[in-house]
This record gives sequence, structure tokens and C-alpha cells, in this order.
Amino acid sequence: MTARLTALGVADARSKLRAGEITSVELTEACLTEIDAARALNAFVHDTPEIALEQARAADARIADGNAPSMCGIPLGIKDLFCTRGVPSQAASRILEGFRPEYESTVTRNLFDAGSVMLGKLNMDEFAMGSSNESSVYGGAVSPWRRRGDTASLVPGGSSGGSAAAVAADLCIGAIGTDTGGSIRQPAAFTGITGIKPTYGRCSRWGIVAFASSLDQAGPMTKTVRDAAIMLGAMAGHDPKDSTSADLPVPDFEAALTGDVRGKKIGIPTEYRVEDMPSDIETLWTKGKEILRDAGASVVDISLPHTEYALPAYYVIAPAEASSNLARFDGVRYGRRARPGAGDGVTDMYDKTRAEGFGPEVQRRVMIGTYVLSAGFYDAYYNRARKVRALIKGDFDAAFADGIDAILTPATPSAAFALGELAEADPVRMYLNDIFTVTVNLAGLPGISVPAGLNAQGLPLGLQLIGRPWEEGDLLNHAYVLERAAGGALKPDRWW
Amino acid sequence: MSIDLQKAADVAKLARIRVEDHMLPELAREFNEILGFIEQLNEVDVEGVEPMVSVTPMPLRRRADEVTDGNMRSRILSNAPDAREGFFVVPKVVE
Repeated sequence: MTARLTALGVADARSKLRAGEITSVELTEACLTEIDAARALNAFVHDTPEIALEQARAADARIADGNAPSMCGIPLGIKDLFCTRGVPSQAASRILEGFRPEYESTVTRNLFDAGSVMLGKLNMDEFAMGSSNESSVYGGAVSPWRRRGDTASLVPGGSSGGSAAAVAADLCIGAIGTDTGGSIRQPAAFTGITGIKPTYGRCSRWGIVAFASSLDQAGPMTKTVRDAAIMLGAMAGHDPKDSTSADLPVPDFEAALTGDVRGKKIGIPTEYRVEDMPSDIETLWTKGKEILRDAGASVVDISLPHTEYALPAYYVIAPAEASSNLARFDGVRYGRRARPGAGDGVTDMYDKTRAEGFGPEVQRRVMIGTYVLSAGFYDAYYNRARKVRALIKGDFDAAFADGIDAILTPATPSAAFALGELAEADPVRMYLNDIFTVTVNLAGLPGISVPAGLNAQGLPLGLQLIGRPWEEGDLLNHAYVLERAAGGALKPDRWW
Repeated sequence: MSIDLQKAADVAKLARIRVEDHMLPELAREFNEILGFIEQLNEVDVEGVEPMVSVTPMPLRRRADEVTDGNMRSRILSNAPDAREGFFVVPKVVE
């Protein structure tokens, strides 16, 4: 059987496009067919076939002219959190029903300028708040993976769950996600793909619906590490419209993939060995250490002593910032407004609009954020959390000052769980999904999840590598070594 | 710190989210659970630590204070639930 065209990654598609073996229109049409056949996954929530084919035709002309950039003609899925001009951009929330931005986010603008093709918008947790994609107004996205001998639907992770499902099921060549506490890396790990959250400031946040501004970063979700390197290069760059975007040159990340990590020093944080960690994950972690050691790196134990306080600090800082960012959704300028009752004033309109428009998890976080910022509690909660955040970053700074080049950890504390399995549980149980990823956002560092193997039930697990700030190239190179030895992307059996 | 029904109602009001009275006990329970989790932070010695302002050690960039955009009223109003005669329309504001 010949492999499906849509199974190509970015690098392979680039070669075939440049060699004239395929056209972007062919590749785009193949993706659109796959998307149509995969409605059971609920990954794509707004299709844009007309835009896609128009962009593909333009890309083919550009490729024929020669010197087209790497991402030219590559069909992508776009997380619903990105504002895309004229196309529904709802952040998977009822409150943004009908919203069609009059502008384009910088990251999508950069990708389109490079010739990329938008297939449509991808499912996600509402306002990127969640770890299972179940808080979406569109309903949950479904993982293309199932446990061996079982047909139960599993979550693709979240919040970028639609992006992960779409890439893993070969509905697109690559996808973009965003990561505030693990929202790229956890779904990548759950679905056997690669996902990188770059250093805070590497990608512009302009035009991305804001959740927690000091933590949010966009990044690629792809089939290989090389694909991630290529795509990140096209997404990144300084943007005067985002004052936190770094005015630094974007290096050639792909050129950093030498496969040579001899003499590098890999840190293993002892605090990441959590209670009740499944033995599969422990085994993979050990395998990851061995791979890097065999490649000539030295592997040493390190301590990141404030790790256990990362999640509680995150659940002060992220809701605090969210309560402020989400204040703009008031039913006045865009989105959905509640039907007014007789005699309702403007405040009633706000209260009802937000009660109807926000789902339960978003309401919970907005209210927690409101509480921790309110007079009398600001110091006890918000300021204390910001101090703990400084200590967490200090832990990483000390490790890097000691000569550590990259830190290796599991990406998640478990494999994917079933739809509904945690929905009725305490919110805190869902939060624990991000235990290994959230520290990276708090410290503003780059982190990548690489597929590392299957667990006993046949589900993918990922390893996380954490790098020095602004050294995504070096980080990707470590990930490349892991990928080559671990066997690369994992593929689910097709059932949809 | 424990949140009672009155406090839960106050927070909902501050957050501008209508919560029906019968939902308040469940809301208060969830708040207490999350705050219980957050209160682990009290174990950390933060004496003398400055609260983090920016994760990257670089100052926010300034730009020239110039008008670079404008004259797009219809585009700005295009997503409004209710816009008339070039204005956003809201229910009565004066109590």
C-alpha cells in the first residue's frame, strides 16, 4: 500500500513540492478529503477550503518561480485561538460566536507570507483552559489513538487537542498550537507527535486571544523534530505590535540539527520523580537518559527544589491574568450578547452575557482570578505566587549556570485518559496533568515534547526536554537525537 | 481561608458573571478546593524575594507616540452585537 499523501511531514512535503513531484493544490485537496473523512475526531471546527485552494494555487506559482521559502505550499491546521481575518476565531467559546476578526494574527500572517496554506480552524479547550479539550463549545476533540483491544474514545489532551488529533491522524501536514501551562506539549505527548513551546517572546502574541499574557506562547505541532524546526523559524520573529516580543534574530533552527550532542550535559531533576508515576513512564525516562548518554552526552542528577510549588503558583497567576484579559468579553464590541430582560441595565447585560457565554471552567478561573486580585488578598495570593515564580525561575537559572545544557523529564504523568474520565472529578485532578510542563512556562523557557514509545496499553508517551532561553536550536538538536533513537513519530491504527 | 456563600456571591458579582443562588454552594465548594490547593504556597519561604515582573530580563520597548492607524469605523463596528449610526449600542447606563 502506498502511503497517503497527507502522511507527509513538512520537510518531506517541501522536497516533493520543490522537485515538482506533487503540487500544493494536490496536497491541499488530499488534506481536505481526509478532514472530511475524519469528522468523528471533531478536530477541524471551521473549514476554509476556498482560502486553502487559493493559497495553494498561489504557492504553486511561487514554487514554480523558484526560491520559495520552506513553508511554501504546506497545508496547516490553525488553532481556533488565532485570529484569522474574515474566518471564525472563537477560542472554542460561545461568547465569541459569530466573531470574524478584521485582522490577522502575526504568527498566521508570518506563515501565510511564507506561502503556507490554511485548511481551517482546530478544536481546543475554551480559551485554552483545560488539558483534555473537553471544555470546548464545539464538544471534545477525539484522539485517533485507542487502547489496544478497546474502542473507548480517548482525549487528545489539551488545550491544543484539535491540533494534536489533526496532526496525529494525518489530516494536515502540521498545525499550530499555543502553550500556557503545557497546552502544546501535553497533547503532543498524548498523540505521539512533536510539539515545541519556544522561549517566551520568540513568537508574537499579537492576534492570539489572550489567556495568561505572561505565560502564553505559540508553537508548532508536527510529525518530526525537523518539521518543528522549520515551522518555528517561519512563525517566530520580532513584532512591534507585541511589546514582549524579543528583538532578536531568528536563527536557522533546522541547521542546528546536527545530531551531535557529544559533551553536552543533561540534567535529570530528582523532583520530577512523582508518587504513583506509572512504571511505563519511569522506563521511558530511563530509556531517554540512555539514548543521550549513548550519543555522548553526560547525564547528571540536578535539583529544582521549588518544583512542587509550580502548579499552585500557576493556578494563581494564570487565573489572575485571565480574569483581567477576559474582562473585554462584555457583549458590547464583538461576540455574543445575552438577550436583555425587561428593564435590564448595562450591568445586567454584562452579567448575563458572561454567564451564558463562558463555560464552567472559564467561569471558575475568571472568578478565582478575580478573588486572588481583590483587595485584601492580592498580597497573600498574587504577590506570593509571583515571588514563588521568581524562585522557580531561579532554580532553572542555577542549573544552567552549573553548565546544564538541557533538562530531560517525562512530558506527562500518565498516558491519555478516556473522554469524561476526569470531567466529573475535582478540577485540581485535571490540573495535575500539567505538573511536568507548567514550570517551563513560569520560567519562560523553551520546552519540547518528543514521542518516546508506547505504554502497555499501546498508547503513546512523550519525553520533555527543557532548554536554555533563546537556544531552541540546541534544544531541537537534543530532541532530534532522542527522536532518531526512539524511532520517531508513532502512528495510530485508522478506525475513523 | 474559607469561602462562604456570601463571599462566593461577592466574587461572582466582581467578576460580572451572574450566578443563580442555588448554584452558590457548589461554587463555594469548588473555590475552597482550589484555594486549598493554592495555599501550599504558604509553605514557601519568600522572605526577601522580589515578585517577578517579567520573565525575560529585558525592558518593555517603547515606541513613538504617533497615530499609525485609523479611519476604519465600519471595520471596528463590524462585529458588534448592536451598532447604530456609527456607535456601539448598549442598554441604559444611568440607574
